[in-house]
Amino acid sequence: MEIYLPIADLPVNILVILAMGLAVGFISGMFGIGGGFLMTPLLIFVGISPAVAVASVTTHIAASSMSGSLSYWRRRAIDVALVCMLLAGGIIGTAFGVWLFTFLRAVGQLDITIGVSYVLLLSIVGSLMIAESVRAIVRVRHGKPVDLRRPGSHMWIHGLPFKLRFKRSRIYVSAIPVWGIGFLIGFIGAVMGIGGGFLLVPLLIYVLRVPTATVIGTSMVLTLITMASATVMHAATNHLVDALLALILMVGGVTGAQFGARAGQKMRGERLRLLLGLLVLAVGLRFALDLALRPDNLYSLRPLDTGI
Amino acid sequence: MRARALSVLLGLAALTAASTQAAAERLVASLSTHRVMITSNFTGEELVLFGGVEQDNASGQRRGGYDIVVTVAGPRQSTVTFRKERMLAIWVNSDSRVFEDVPSYLAVLSNRPLSAIASTETLRRLQLGLDNTPLPQGASVNIAEAGSDDPFRQAFIKIKTEHGLYREVSNGVTFLAPELFRATIPLPAEVLVGTYEVDVRLFSDGMQLARTPAPFEVYKSGFEQVVTAAARDHGVLYGLATAAMALATGWFASIVFRRD
Repeated sequence: MEIYLPIADLPVNILVILAMGLAVGFISGMFGIGGGFLMTPLLIFVGISPAVAVASVTTHIAASSMSGSLSYWRRRAIDVALVCMLLAGGIIGTAFGVWLFTFLRAVGQLDITIGVSYVLLLSIVGSLMIAESVRAIVRVRHGKPVDLRRPGSHMWIHGLPFKLRFKRSRIYVSAIPVWGIGFLIGFIGAVMGIGGGFLLVPLLIYVLRVPTATVIGTSMVLTLITMASATVMHAATNHLVDALLALILMVGGVTGAQFGARAGQKMRGERLRLLLGLLVLAVGLRFALDLALRPDNLYSLRPLDTGI
Repeated sequence: MRARALSVLLGLAALTAASTQAAAERLVASLSTHRVMITSNFTGEELVLFGGVEQDNASGQRRGGYDIVVTVAGPRQSTVTFRKERMLAIWVNSDSRVFEDVPSYLAVLSNRPLSAIASTETLRRLQLGLDNTPLPQGASVNIAEAGSDDPFRQAFIKIKTEHGLYREVSNGVTFLAPELFRATIPLPAEVLVGTYEVDVRLFSDGMQLARTPAPFEVYKSGFEQVVTAAARDHGVLYGLATAAMALATGWFASIVFRRD
């Protein structure tokens, strides 16, 4: 069943796109991430131009994090104060990221920067997650309790000034790392076109020691706000958001996310993190292969001023 | 000004005089449609061009028979061609050329191979065939136009051909009768919106006898057109509407699948 996408300017099989939405939605529901780092490469793979893919995926992520946010809101598992503090850093990070994006495109080094950052980011984050979760699984095997919070062990980050108390998360941390994390997520999101959930969740857990109860809900609300504003920004500046493509993706995505969330609740936390780590690492390695292997065709075309 | 006009007129007169003694064929051509509509179920289309050769009394039967070359050129577009090179173990786009204002779609259809229809020189002079179509390169390269063996040019044509956007079909024109022909113009789904120039040329014995244009237009309609226009003309509103759609879908899903 082919349908012609008005902005992407090509016909796609509606069932293929729907299936992709379902699959990525399942994963995003299971791990509480947006899944942009999976969806964007998939869309490029079916022939949609990277610019349209990145722009339309932001809309898709906005929808899936909206439905996630609502259910976490009802469970009162969102730390609004933390979201606001993260956003404060995130806005500056996004602006800085957009500036760098424009600069790199002007000097013609955008593709390679995105490629290398995908590889570095995904393999480092993936490896760290695998290492951590394997350690946790081993600890459980030996009959010791899994204690993520480890209240006694303070890192240097917890000695920083401007301490704030986040009641919902029951943490007492300096505002500096919170802003820093917000800045990093906003910056990476703008440059690489990803929501950054897979990065934000571990940062909140390991650096800020946010308890598992509020971490995913908080991450989802932050993703929702950044991705919804990214949609408007992409549409206003580049005219690259394909509403039809986004709609098909989000219908598949929100459905898949429901089943994913149920599957995720049945699994132990450390197993879930191991799976996500493996997935992230696999995508990172896939990008590394693309960069390292001799391409079939050394040449590639790109139309200038891809307006409409 | 007047002198130039006069010389053109004289040149035309000389040409006509040269050809009238042999023949005065007229070429007529018509497309199955002049407006190709892109709707939500568009997956490409095939246009049919019908044409006929009109002879007048002066023209006798030609010994070599007639040959037809149809050139279809889509809206012009500037395209960058990148070349990857190995740098520190990874493949990066290192060199690039900009092809400026080149046809986004180019089809050269004929009833037999171009080399059999006219001499290489004639084809080059008339810029007929993919190899003879000028693809001007700009910006980084100082040669205004590289030869047909330029690797960037070859790569450009190869990729365009793989997408079905460039093609040279030596059996794309069929003669139904000695003076009546038909050509099929395949438009892949990736075609750009805009005006497509169709140039029909009549050859005999390696000489061009007549030519006639038959342009058509590709445009979006209905839903596709509304979305495209909204995205282009009202970017912020379109963005807000799309974001609202996303929020509504998310909200709707959380109600439909609500379990708690």
